[in-house]
Amino acid sequence: MRRRRWRVVVLALAAIYFLVPLIAAAEFSFRKPGGGYWFGNYLAIATNDALLTGLLTSLQIALFTAVVVIVLVVPTAVWVRLRFPSLAGVLESATILPIVIPPVVMAAGIAFVQANLDTPLFRTLFSSSTAALTPFYVVLALPFAYRAVDNGLAAIPLRTLVEAARNLGAGMIGAIVRVVLPTIRSAVLGAAFLTLALVLGEIVIARILLYTDTFPVAVVEVGRSAAGVSVALSLASLVLTWVLLLAVSFVGGRRAAGRSSS
Amino acid sequence: MTATSSATTSGAAAQDEAAAVEFRAVSRVFGGTRALDGLDLALRPGELLALLGPSGCGKTTALRLLAGFDKPSSGEILIDGRDVTGVPASKRDTGMVFQAYSLFPTMTAADNVAFGLRMRRVSSSKRKGRAAELLELVGLGDRAGSYPHELSGGQQQRVALARALAVSPSVLLLDEPLSALDARVRVQLRDEIRRLQLAEGITTLFVTHDQSEALAVADRVAVLNAGRMEQVGTPLEVYGSPATTFVSEFVGVVNRLPAAPAGDGSVEVLGSRAALDGSSGATTVAVRPEALTVGDSGGIAGTVLTSTFLGPVTRLVVSTELGELTVDAVSRDTLPRPGSATRVQLDTTTVRPAPA
Repeated sequence: MRRRRWRVVVLALAAIYFLVPLIAAAEFSFRKPGGGYWFGNYLAIATNDALLTGLLTSLQIALFTAVVVIVLVVPTAVWVRLRFPSLAGVLESATILPIVIPPVVMAAGIAFVQANLDTPLFRTLFSSSTAALTPFYVVLALPFAYRAVDNGLAAIPLRTLVEAARNLGAGMIGAIVRVVLPTIRSAVLGAAFLTLALVLGEIVIARILLYTDTFPVAVVEVGRSAAGVSVALSLASLVLTWVLLLAVSFVGGRRAAGRSSS
Repeated sequence: MTATSSATTSGAAAQDEAAAVEFRAVSRVFGGTRALDGLDLALRPGELLALLGPSGCGKTTALRLLAGFDKPSSGEILIDGRDVTGVPASKRDTGMVFQAYSLFPTMTAADNVAFGLRMRRVSSSKRKGRAAELLELVGLGDRAGSYPHELSGGQQQRVALARALAVSPSVLLLDEPLSALDARVRVQLRDEIRRLQLAEGITTLFVTHDQSEALAVADRVAVLNAGRMEQVGTPLEVYGSPATTFVSEFVGVVNRLPAAPAGDGSVEVLGSRAALDGSSGATTVAVRPEALTVGDSGGIAGTVLTSTFLGPVTRLVVSTELGELTVDAVSRDTLPRPGSATRVQLDTTTVRPAPA
């Protein structure tokens, strides 16, 4: 009885901690200057060109990043599990490095390279936000994606499935694309979602390298000019993230539920 | 095949050249352990050979080497006379049935069966036809659209069998395909595998640790122990004339009894006379439990320790002056109960010398 009461107290405190700022922010975002409520702040977001183009740019970067990350991570994780299980620990530590090294340090390093290496290759690389930021976001997304994919692989009889596919005439790549990827679909979707969330929130590298046309940078810029709009924007991106998360877990979860219903 | 083929450990050189599968002095070393130590083995076209042995004896290693999932440390492997030692798994033309959980979870039974044909770029309509035909063959014609998780363990293994056969491989590889199933389904599917194998006339290597399974379905049984071949022969040869003590004890239970020469090639065992089938002068013979019985007179005295009802026979362990003897007596009400005195008699007219 006493324990249960404690649980309720902890839950209530957590709810207050998370919900009160959200509710306050929501109230603030609908407040009209001089009294009353309106949708003006949200209309300002919908009609802000910088925000919309920023969103498109960021979604594009997220898509490229997710594709590159999955193409890198899935075969690597499969390979390590099948051929070099002893390397799993090394690889796990290596994938944590992007989290250990602060983005500021990484951005400073990149800026140095950018300023000192003036070759055609680097000029092309740094010519647009998408080309310049995708490789760095790939590095940032690796730890999350690797973990998600590796967990997915741990849950299936990987060796047997790959060997069965090879026995039936599939090469290693064929086995991964036709058998492993569909089987760990929800884990891959999870990795893609984490990548998307990361790209929609990353600001340090983009700002330092002066690629100011991404969504997070635009959000900060808008926030500087109008407080109400910035809060409305925060809430809108929170809702957007939730919707994407729900969509991913719905698509992935339906599949997982189907598989375990026997 | 000839029923009189030698029951001694066979050398590949002694086999005919038309072997469907041949291991030539194949070894596989993992770190410091020799999982397989100079294996020589030839499968005749169309035969089902069971590779039998305890876990860790190298039988699965041999199968994986043949499938191409692993490379031998030395020696070579031939399929239809062609050296495949360096050929990747995807080009070996073998069909494998795994222990369990090998069906592709996101594909229907029909798509699983058709997978090998898709890899061989067979047209969609032909694939569908062949998949339907094979599912029909394994008795699952009505489950073509089911996903693996909707099928029972036995049904999944049937689909796996159909999938392996769909590409008409030159060798069928069975890696303990029945070990994850319950007893009734196991026997049923075992007989079905044999029926299909005979109907398709496909050369088959069946890896198992279950001696009754091996004896029941195989044309020949090869017994492996610690990476070495102990004996290759028909089930009757391996059971009746085990070449080594290991084989005699692994393939069923055996009693080692002292034998006294009684002239004209016969011996006296447990007070009874029996012909000696094998080298004369043997002083120890190997007698299977079913070649002994219990009664009120003759034989030697003993006390029943345990009695296990096995259906048609009851297995009695009897303590005697020769040690504990295992007796399989035909089940009946009058068998002695544990704790009671009895006499163990020889119930055969021929005995074989015990292997060294």
